[in-house]
Amino acid sequence: MSGRRRPPEPAPVAARVRGLEEALAAEGKLGPPGFLDSVEADVEKAFDWRNGARVVARAWVDPAYRARLLADGTAACAELGYQGPQGEYIVVLEDTPDLHHVIVCTQCSCTAWPVLGLPPDWYKSPEYRARVAREPRRVLHEMGLDLPAEVEVRVWDTTAETRYMVLPLRPAVTEGWSEDELAAIVTREAMIGVARL
Amino acid sequence: MDGIHDLGGMMGFGPIEPEADEPTFHEPWEARAFALNVLGIVALRAYNVDEYRHAVERIEPRHYLAAPYYERVLTAAATLLVEKGVITHAALEARAGGPFPLARPVAERAPADVPAPVHGRFAVGDRVRVRDIRPAGHTRVPRYVRGKSGAVLHVAPAFSFPDAAAHGLAPRAEPTYHVRFAARDLWGDAAEDHASVVVDLWETYLEAS
Repeated sequence: MSGRRRPPEPAPVAARVRGLEEALAAEGKLGPPGFLDSVEADVEKAFDWRNGARVVARAWVDPAYRARLLADGTAACAELGYQGPQGEYIVVLEDTPDLHHVIVCTQCSCTAWPVLGLPPDWYKSPEYRARVAREPRRVLHEMGLDLPAEVEVRVWDTTAETRYMVLPLRPAVTEGWSEDELAAIVTREAMIGVARL
Repeated sequence: MDGIHDLGGMMGFGPIEPEADEPTFHEPWEARAFALNVLGIVALRAYNVDEYRHAVERIEPRHYLAAPYYERVLTAAATLLVEKGVITHAALEARAGGPFPLARPVAERAPADVPAPVHGRFAVGDRVRVRDIRPAGHTRVPRYVRGKSGAVLHVAPAFSFPDAAAHGLAPRAEPTYHVRFAARDLWGDAAEDHASVVVDLWETYLEAS
């Protein structure tokens, strides 16, 4: 593939997906009956970032749960029923007034599926993966978050099997709110660390 | 491998553009591509997650950057199913009705010949340096920390060493270390103030600093 020669235009991607499924079907290699449909049906239910929002809300209202969450994120998330693939070892990163955490996976797009869901497109984009490790303050500024100069920005690159979740600072205005009300204001972006609440 | 996937710190990319209320999948084919890859790993057991990651890394760089995420998933799954002899490339192109680009082959002598380390050498607070290992195959050391020194923040449990598992070598498990690097040590004088990067590194990748 040198000089001016370009590869032929691929078949449309949807046709390639269908082609792969048909080629596997012709070999009798689609797994147990209904396997593909069941994966599709289960994935959005099992891997939902709103699970993480409930973890955050519980930690905000229950100091003992918060302590367990920070000591053993995997077990504390499992207490609420959130566990499974890409959640084998969850570490929760506690934001403080002096320290702000941001999560990335520069080499692929690893995420803690049971509490953050499958990652959004911006998280998987080459732009985010390339830039946030080198220029986190600039990236956060572009995404609408300006951190005070004295706050340390700590970027966590998900390069092995640990899966991270940020425990954001609780907004002062939420004093006295119920756990459900708190869960409703937590965003996926805050649990990745590109937003504050 | 020093591949296109190893994007951390690369310059020249533009703004990040989040989408409000983004769905898990935008198109039906994306969910199907995801499910087909789960099929290959979980139901058919045709390949493992490390082989899958390496197949994504082997996608030709121009294709890699231009493809949406789930097209990369599709390409890696199809590549491995062809390489493992489950289906043929010709059958894929016949059924897709046109060219079906696959990832490039595994490099010759791909696995790094790195002996297993003595486990548990490092503790929280230790200074460590990332060894200068440059395998042509799968590895999880980002280029931007190679040869750099940092401090151990946390020791994670032992997990399968991916450089071996991606290439059919004898599996071995070893601890991974959360190592904090000062931004200035990674990016030089142009680094942002008061910033750091933590990288999760298998024991084989590290030496005492």
